[in-house]
Amino acid sequence: MLEVSVRKQRAGFSLSASFAAPTPGVVALFGRSGSGKTTLVELISGLLSPDSGHILLDEAVLTDIRAGVAVPVEQRRIGYVFQEPRLFPHMTVAGNLRYGERRAAPSARVICFEEVTTLLALDSLLERRPRQLSGGERQRVALARALLSQPRLLLLDEPLASLDVARREEVLPYLEALRERLSIPIVYVSHQFEEVLRLATHLVLLEAGQVVAHGAVDEMCLQPQLHAMVGPELVGAVLEGVVARLDPAQGSAEVTVGRGTLVVSLSDVEPGANVRLQLLARDVILAIQPVQGLSVRNALAGTVSTIRDDGYGAILVSVDIGGAIVLARITQNAVHALAPKPGNALWALVKAVSTRGHAFRLTGADR
Amino acid sequence: MSGALTAAEIDALRLSLEVAARSVAFSLPLAVLAAWLLTRVRFPGRMLFDAFVHLPLVLPPVAIGYLLLLLFGVRGPVGGWLRAHFGIAVPFTTAGAALATAVMTFPLMVRAIRLSLDGVDRGLEEAARTLGAAGPDRFISITLPLMLPGVLAGAVTAFAAGLGEFGAVITFAGNVPGVTRTLPLALYTAMQLPGGERMALRLAILSFALGILGLLASELLVRRVRRYLGN
Repeated sequence: MLEVSVRKQRAGFSLSASFAAPTPGVVALFGRSGSGKTTLVELISGLLSPDSGHILLDEAVLTDIRAGVAVPVEQRRIGYVFQEPRLFPHMTVAGNLRYGERRAAPSARVICFEEVTTLLALDSLLERRPRQLSGGERQRVALARALLSQPRLLLLDEPLASLDVARREEVLPYLEALRERLSIPIVYVSHQFEEVLRLATHLVLLEAGQVVAHGAVDEMCLQPQLHAMVGPELVGAVLEGVVARLDPAQGSAEVTVGRGTLVVSLSDVEPGANVRLQLLARDVILAIQPVQGLSVRNALAGTVSTIRDDGYGAILVSVDIGGAIVLARITQNAVHALAPKPGNALWALVKAVSTRGHAFRLTGADR
Repeated sequence: MSGALTAAEIDALRLSLEVAARSVAFSLPLAVLAAWLLTRVRFPGRMLFDAFVHLPLVLPPVAIGYLLLLLFGVRGPVGGWLRAHFGIAVPFTTAGAALATAVMTFPLMVRAIRLSLDGVDRGLEEAARTLGAAGPDRFISITLPLMLPGVLAGAVTAFAAGLGEFGAVITFAGNVPGVTRTLPLALYTAMQLPGGERMALRLAILSFALGILGLLASELLVRRVRRYLGN
């Protein structure tokens, strides 16, 4: 468990944040720039000290102002990957990687050099100087360097922000691999919702220095606070499912979610794999009876759970499909025509191609 | 003009190099410390300290030599103590010439080092901290290597300037042949002698050659270190 409850006053900005998140797991700090994400990460790292409050990691007290505890940064064993790589220019890649490893207590060494260089594909770069690397390579080295310092917690402060879209796509799979292969809790700062969906298990929403909501990603995706941040186009339920059957010819897979089954465009997964699907509310169609003669492959039976205005001139209907919730964004007219009431039976229709999914495995967490 | 150097010229050259080298060796660690204090530490009286460090730049060298005499003379506060406890007398020795030179070249060195310390990315030190490097370890492994160009430039400039220090040396350490008569003092002495013009010219040319060599060496050194640091 990572438990944070801090206050920090800075010139023209005040942060007041409390949240708790399970470990291991990936906690995403999500919010616009200037919402206090970096300040919060600096407080956890110890580079900044809060005015009041405490920070606990798995029962270890890192900061407790009232008790006068403030573990020095260099003794916290918290890996920090900054927005810029911050590689030491007077050392080779190998020298950078060994820097933290050499300073870690021998008893704490669980991540070995070869494992990390293989995981992050750095074997051919070890003799190079930082200036001879591309942006993506530099960020991978920074990540490896932090990992080799044998951290109890890894802080990633928008590690992809300085990269263009192509380079981001190059680094993201490594971050996913990290989550799957090493059971180190991660705090991931981002203002890209896409990244959050691919990586996070827990979400903390920050706005103007305040935590407006926090919780598991699938629950948070149903929250109006998140909807206000991402805008109406990206509102949608996130479902955790299991691959039941593959259809390689079609490049599709049958995924069990809640009581139903969805056929989605998904390749490079194995049967039995955990996957996370995002069903955008604008792509979900509602029907009050089973439909026939449509090209839509997926019809999930469920009951209406809530109906509310989405704040952008449309209505958001949440449908309980048995242990999972699907959101549908429909017009006012459609609401009049269907007249859904909480508890009514409904069918949620989803096109296979408009479902975005990716494999999502997490070591050490029993989800 | 005969090519070979006379014994007196070799003496003066050797002394100049020795005095400059000893002054740099003595003042370099202190200059790094002073630069650190002035750049990184907020303390009361920082501006006063800054002014004090730069004093030798604006005071007449003879005045500095005189102040040193007052302090380190056998009846001075520091000189008396040194004599009583260690039996050492500094004035009118080679060490005294080196001390006077060190004081005079100190501001040059501090300026160069400060400039490079200012240029060190604090973010890299923060990164080193998160990787487990505590204060002194961080300074030696990150800060010092990154400010090395400035430290070397400061040392070489101070060395080159120290070869020619005149006023403070002659006031504090005198003009003793073989002990404190460095190149500029030998040049000055030759000019005072009837028929010494030839020797004065030879010494002037020697000083000039030495200065040029020093500047070139400094440039080469700094370039090489920059390349090593990856800039």
